[in-house]
Amino acid sequence: MTSVAEILKGDRLAISRLLTEIENGTSEGKRTLNELFPHTGKAHIVGITGAPGTGKSTLVNRLAYEYRHPSRDRPPLSVAVVAVDPTSPFSGGAVLGDRIRMRDVAGDPGVFIRSMASRGSLGGLAQTTAGLVQVFDAAGFEVILVETVGAGQAEVDIVDLAHTTLVLEAPGMGDDVQTIKAGILEIADILVVNKFDRPGAKNTLRFLKNMLRQFDPEERYELHHGQRSPFPDLPITESEKNKPGWDPPILTTIATSGEGVSELVERITNHRNFLLSSKRWSLKEERRIKREMDTMLQRELLIKWRDSTSSTLYQRTLKKLVKREISPQRAVQFLLEGDQ
Amino acid sequence: MEKSQKKIKVLIAKPGLDGHNRGAKVVARALRDAGMEVIYTGLRQTPEMIAEAALQEDVDVIGLSILSGAHMALAPKILEEINNTGLEGVKIFLGGIIPEEDKPKLKELGVHGIYGPGTSTKTIASDIRKASS
Repeated sequence: MTSVAEILKGDRLAISRLLTEIENGTSEGKRTLNELFPHTGKAHIVGITGAPGTGKSTLVNRLAYEYRHPSRDRPPLSVAVVAVDPTSPFSGGAVLGDRIRMRDVAGDPGVFIRSMASRGSLGGLAQTTAGLVQVFDAAGFEVILVETVGAGQAEVDIVDLAHTTLVLEAPGMGDDVQTIKAGILEIADILVVNKFDRPGAKNTLRFLKNMLRQFDPEERYELHHGQRSPFPDLPITESEKNKPGWDPPILTTIATSGEGVSELVERITNHRNFLLSSKRWSLKEERRIKREMDTMLQRELLIKWRDSTSSTLYQRTLKKLVKREISPQRAVQFLLEGDQ
Repeated sequence: MEKSQKKIKVLIAKPGLDGHNRGAKVVARALRDAGMEVIYTGLRQTPEMIAEAALQEDVDVIGLSILSGAHMALAPKILEEINNTGLEGVKIFLGGIIPEEDKPKLKELGVHGIYGPGTSTKTIASDIRKASS
């Protein structure tokens, strides 16, 4: 039994147990989340994504340390980290290794690190990552760093969750055509070339700079996620459309030594201030919460449909499909409208 | 879909100063293949760090790999730190070079299982499953 009061005052054991309940999808976890939701919306949620091996965990470790021990004139902030690693599609198991790189903040009561397995989700996060973030938010953590699964090109779920999205690149990861493809580079609020001490780093930086020059920040904002939900978005007012956009900066870091990290935190904070002062914060929040509801709605609709459909009809349709008597298109029609 | 998706969570840690982490990695991988979620924390963990990680990750099981001979010094300290976190029912397993005569003492302290070189990873996985059911 988790008490909401314990979470709100930041009891670490209560938080940890609730996170497990939520990951496991228990009704206890869901009920507590319902009660916590009004207490959320205060934390700055920062997403860190990028290909495997670009140094996400090492950078998260440094970011957390910089937030705790600011090298510039900033107040120290409490930090929660949610680090997602992939689940094996075969065994359902996972090795979560992000903690290895997060040693500098060990023993600090202002930091809470939680690893999670993706459990079959494909967008770079787990289905329950948003729930975990809400718990940390309600518990009063001021910054929540969400590290995605090592992402390729299309794992862009993080933009729906984070206020500020960092995309990490490292030298030697493909030519300049990679930078004009759609997907992960587009979602960056801040681009980071990590491992800047490695050969080829300057080329990577140049490719990215060329790519960004071709972006219109205005357009980028309004069309941010493309059509990712079957349900319509809240309309954008004319005045919102005319607000100045954010020009994503490119920063360089060497996460192993900490070089560039202070500057990066500065920019992350700037982005937050930009969102707040331009009212984009509330716009983002609106969309974020809407997408969360949409995702849940789709999931629940599917379950509802499944529970109301006879499994014999499903099996019969599947058999016909496998024998190629009907097309997948027809099969879906049978399932939704009945076998006429 | 909506039924509880409980997974066994295991923390694999190497306390102390020896750098032989191959065994820990083999076990981590084997438990992954047995469908468990394994948090691998790497080398040179202090008892405090292990207890803190166990608390933050809410694990069911902690697997310790010790090949330095310091198990009689480290194990009691780790058990004490874990007790201090308030976590309940966490099972501790120990792997490495553990002399026969130390085993009863460690079991008495609360170590659930002890595995030496040559142990089948299947045995470890099935013992963990039994212990956390």
